[in-house]
Amino acid sequence: MTTILDPTDERVPVARQITPRTGEISGVIGLLDISKPRGNVLLDELERLLAARYPNAEVRRYAKPTFAKPCPSDLRLQIKAECNVLVEALAD
Amino acid sequence: MTTDAPPFALQDMTGEARRFPSNRPSLIAFVKEDCHTCNLVAPLLETFHRAWGEAADVWLVGQTADGNEILKDRHGLTLPILDDSALRTSLAWAFDIVPAVYWIGPDGARRAQVEGFVREEWEQLTRQIAGDLKTPAAPVTWADLPEWRPGCGSKHLDPDIHDRLLAEVDGSPIRARRIEIASADDVDEFMFDQGFSDGLPVVAPTPERVLRMLSGTTRGAQDIIAVVPPSMAPVTVEKIAINAVMAGCKPEYLPVVIAAVEAVCTDEFNIHGVNATTMGASPVLVVNGPIRQRIGMNMKQAALGNGNRANATIGRAVRLVVRNVGGARPGGTDRSTLSSPMKFTMCFAEWEEGSPWDPLHVERGFQREDSVVTAFAMTSGPVQIVDQESRQPDQIAGTLGLGLEGVFLSKIHRMPVDALLVVCPEHVKTLTSDGDYPKARLRERIQAVTSRPLREMVANEVSGAGIPPASAAKMTEVQLATPSPKFADGKFIHIVVAGSEAGKFSAAFHGWLTGSAGSAVVSKKIEG
Repeated sequence: MTTILDPTDERVPVARQITPRTGEISGVIGLLDISKPRGNVLLDELERLLAARYPNAEVRRYAKPTFAKPCPSDLRLQIKAECNVLVEALAD
Repeated sequence: MTTDAPPFALQDMTGEARRFPSNRPSLIAFVKEDCHTCNLVAPLLETFHRAWGEAADVWLVGQTADGNEILKDRHGLTLPILDDSALRTSLAWAFDIVPAVYWIGPDGARRAQVEGFVREEWEQLTRQIAGDLKTPAAPVTWADLPEWRPGCGSKHLDPDIHDRLLAEVDGSPIRARRIEIASADDVDEFMFDQGFSDGLPVVAPTPERVLRMLSGTTRGAQDIIAVVPPSMAPVTVEKIAINAVMAGCKPEYLPVVIAAVEAVCTDEFNIHGVNATTMGASPVLVVNGPIRQRIGMNMKQAALGNGNRANATIGRAVRLVVRNVGGARPGGTDRSTLSSPMKFTMCFAEWEEGSPWDPLHVERGFQREDSVVTAFAMTSGPVQIVDQESRQPDQIAGTLGLGLEGVFLSKIHRMPVDALLVVCPEHVKTLTSDGDYPKARLRERIQAVTSRPLREMVANEVSGAGIPPASAAKMTEVQLATPSPKFADGKFIHIVVAGSEAGKFSAAFHGWLTGSAGSAVVSKKIEG
């Protein structure tokens, strides 16, 4: 964690930059379960809907070892290498 | 629970100061207006006030002044409502959730405390109060209230506010918003993504670095130096220090950056127009006086170029302040058609010791021992003026004049536009080879050698710029033959000395609109 001081006039909130949205779904769709209880229920349903709506897309499932810690680097890199889009989801 | 609650003195809505502890039992409830649960409990506290107000202080402490007004009107409150919009008391009492309610004995010790609304806890609290005061229970129909409602995060814990409050308590000079960058993020990339950079990497402005930077000035970190357009944001010493860190400055450069920011943010310099013009103007900063040597500025070989940290980073820091605090960005209010590398940085020092003339700052009314920064709004430069052959003073002065003819367009004369002429030491040597060659004479020479008949300014088939033919047609032959120098007045020609002792290459910076419609040259003394 690095802390820096805001060099601006602070009128605009600092925001993490999100990847530009393509507006379409294709290629490999990753579904990442953060391992909270019932996350799998949500993702199972999402996988069913995606398969029905985008039959040409491939869905791959991933899971973090624990929701309580950040995603391990290896898993993050694996997902980045294998997927075009990723849905990270939890339920509780 | 016996911990003493921190004392406070807060104003109620009539302006009366309410002091805690008051030697009476107290029921103190911290609330904020935009919290639903606080609105749920406000009428309850009013009921408590009416039931127990004779025996105990029942006070509502609101976290915004406007919110207090709203709460009072919304619930018809008559109990004292105290203003903690400064949030210092909330911070000192160190709760997380509002409503936060404390029952405190006459000795100032906390006897009971609840946060949020759990009906059972509140019932228990009121039983305890009634017992302590030996009075009947307050008339509350508990069954009408929900069993449980979560509270809201206290306003003093808002990320934007909490650090400032802590810093005030700690005596830290830092007030800027802290941005935490996750360890998985690349700090340099993050700063690019946020738009903090001019396109080159910036140094991360960590609190430690900013504190070190602030040690470079005796000014208070929260002193406001200027208002920076286009966002018209007040810029503090701290904000300048943050941008100076990013630019790569050392702490000892900070006073120069502060003075330069002050100079460019004057109405006379008009940094807004300078940024916005499609012509692509930018401040050119010239530093004079003892500080040049003290901070190791370059005034000799390669003075106008790369390689010297002070020259490079002072100019860059000023640009970053204008970009980050003022919000002037290319494509936004910076509308330059082509722009210029000077928009990254352009700052150098005059080689006063190599000059036969009074240095720029003395010419502009300062003492020689003053350190001064002078800001010019320039659109082009440095444009080299090459003459390796002239050996006579008037010849080299003539060359310098011809070298300035390109300002805007060589055809256009009588221009009320500034130019900054940087005379190199070898040209100075030739100029003064027969003795003194005052700046006034050099200016006259420049005006003389650039004088052309007015008719050469008339628009023609070579160039449509200049005097419209219809206007020219109304002029007499004598008028058209009038010799017209390049500059409307010699005062527009600013002269300094810099550069290596080897090489017959002077240079010129070309100005923008000069004067009240555009930008005037501004000098500021560099204070500690």
